[in-house]
Amino acid sequence: METIAEMFNYTFMIRALIVGGLVSFCASLLGVPLVLKKYSMIGDGLSHVGFGALAIATAMNAAPMKIAIPVVVLAAIVLLRVSENSKLKGDAAIAVISTGALAVGVVIMSFGKGSNIDIYNYMFGSILALSSSDVLISVILSVVVIIMYVLFYVKIFAVTFDESFSKATGIKTGIYNTLMAILTALTIVLGMRLMGSLLISALIIFPALSSMRVFKSFKGTVISSGLLSVACFFIGMCLSFIYSTPPGASVVCVNIVGFLIYMIIGKSKAVIFRMQKNRLQK
Amino acid sequence: MAIISCNKISLSYENKIVMTDLSFKINKGDYCCVAGENGSGKSTLIKAILSLKAISGGEIIFGDGVARKEIGYLPQQTVVQKDFPATVWEIVLSGCLNKKSILPFYTKADKNRATANMKKLGILHLKKECYRELSGGQQQRVLLARALCATEKLLLLDEPMAGLDPLVTQEMYEMILDLNKTGITVIMVTHDLPSAIKYATHILHLQEGKYFFGETRQYIHSDVGKKFLGEIKCEQCGGEI
Repeated sequence: METIAEMFNYTFMIRALIVGGLVSFCASLLGVPLVLKKYSMIGDGLSHVGFGALAIATAMNAAPMKIAIPVVVLAAIVLLRVSENSKLKGDAAIAVISTGALAVGVVIMSFGKGSNIDIYNYMFGSILALSSSDVLISVILSVVVIIMYVLFYVKIFAVTFDESFSKATGIKTGIYNTLMAILTALTIVLGMRLMGSLLISALIIFPALSSMRVFKSFKGTVISSGLLSVACFFIGMCLSFIYSTPPGASVVCVNIVGFLIYMIIGKSKAVIFRMQKNRLQK
Repeated sequence: MAIISCNKISLSYENKIVMTDLSFKINKGDYCCVAGENGSGKSTLIKAILSLKAISGGEIIFGDGVARKEIGYLPQQTVVQKDFPATVWEIVLSGCLNKKSILPFYTKADKNRATANMKKLGILHLKKECYRELSGGQQQRVLLARALCATEKLLLLDEPMAGLDPLVTQEMYEMILDLNKTGITVIMVTHDLPSAIKYATHILHLQEGKYFFGETRQYIHSDVGKKFLGEIKCEQCGGEI
């Protein structure tokens, strides 16, 4: 308990908790439609693009966010368009863009002043990376994500479940998809330096995937994802603080445990359901 | 006035023109089956009517108080839906979205509408069930209920019987016929010609750039009809011809 109280004595820790908590929450909300639409890999691709952008920013001595945000948002829109285009296979395009950006990033860093430590921190995250402006941006972002979610909830559901039906009933699906892509890109850029560019997409995928095991309704899945993600983040950060493990990896490990627990609950629910059904039939 | 008039439209699929100068009219209360081989442009036609795809030429005119947005569409099932956590209630309600203005939530009227349509199709007891745990026939009923929430006049069904067993297929046909009898116009894409001539009032048969459109009676006696119905004709409606 004392160690946890001690955590709050450090400014960098408080920043990490605020930014990370908000980013985990946003990522998990955005993750539900992304995972359900089989777009999980877009998050992964974007984080690699983010790594490339950070590397360029370091080499140019520019503010990392000023370069990373526009580049990743642009990449998000391009990836989404590519995935919708049936001629180019979406998964291959994502793999090409993400590995390409990663390679360019590493090469640029080896030319520039960046050391191996920088590369390591960008890939796996660092708890010292966040500034006070990051805190402000993450608060604004999460407010935007939550407002958007509440206002467009029914439409997000309709577009996710059945895009052609939604389009036929006059919903502008393109706008919603682009909006989702931009918000995802912003969430990834914000969380990337804390969680690491190789690990940030876990925040998008894990909570949604876990919640899908247990919950039958879309609403239940969304709410559970948000709560699970924030809980996993705080537990992960505490463990990281106590055992001095890297923050991003610790949070992802807690998410794995969360997934396993949800999977067991889901499986046992199914077994109980079947037993009840059998009893009713008798 | 016709509900839909297609005037010399051209359809293309992946930049290849598959149909030119296609003209036909659907009147209120018609039950029209769209038949044809794979790649003949059936699904493209449906998407063009729904304005999901642009047509390469000609025009599609809506009449009789039907707007493009007021079509009840039952699309083919997608991969996404196989593992989707959503209750029947959430899905059926989403059919009401075309009536929405700026309000971000469903109104009382929307909910009543959804309930009424679920009752009509006999799935009210499944309201809280999860869509992915239902049988194929129940899933199609859910999607049909959603389509009914979006329309009172025109249903567009894209191969609604795909993957259903014969008994359930039969039930679906009867259900769609009942809906048609209440005055809803039905346009259905199907591969099942024997059932099409049994239930439909009109047939639109697309084939390699040519087409037949007319009443089912005329279709049976047409060259295309004779060729495709072949022996089936003798078994099923031999007496009537």
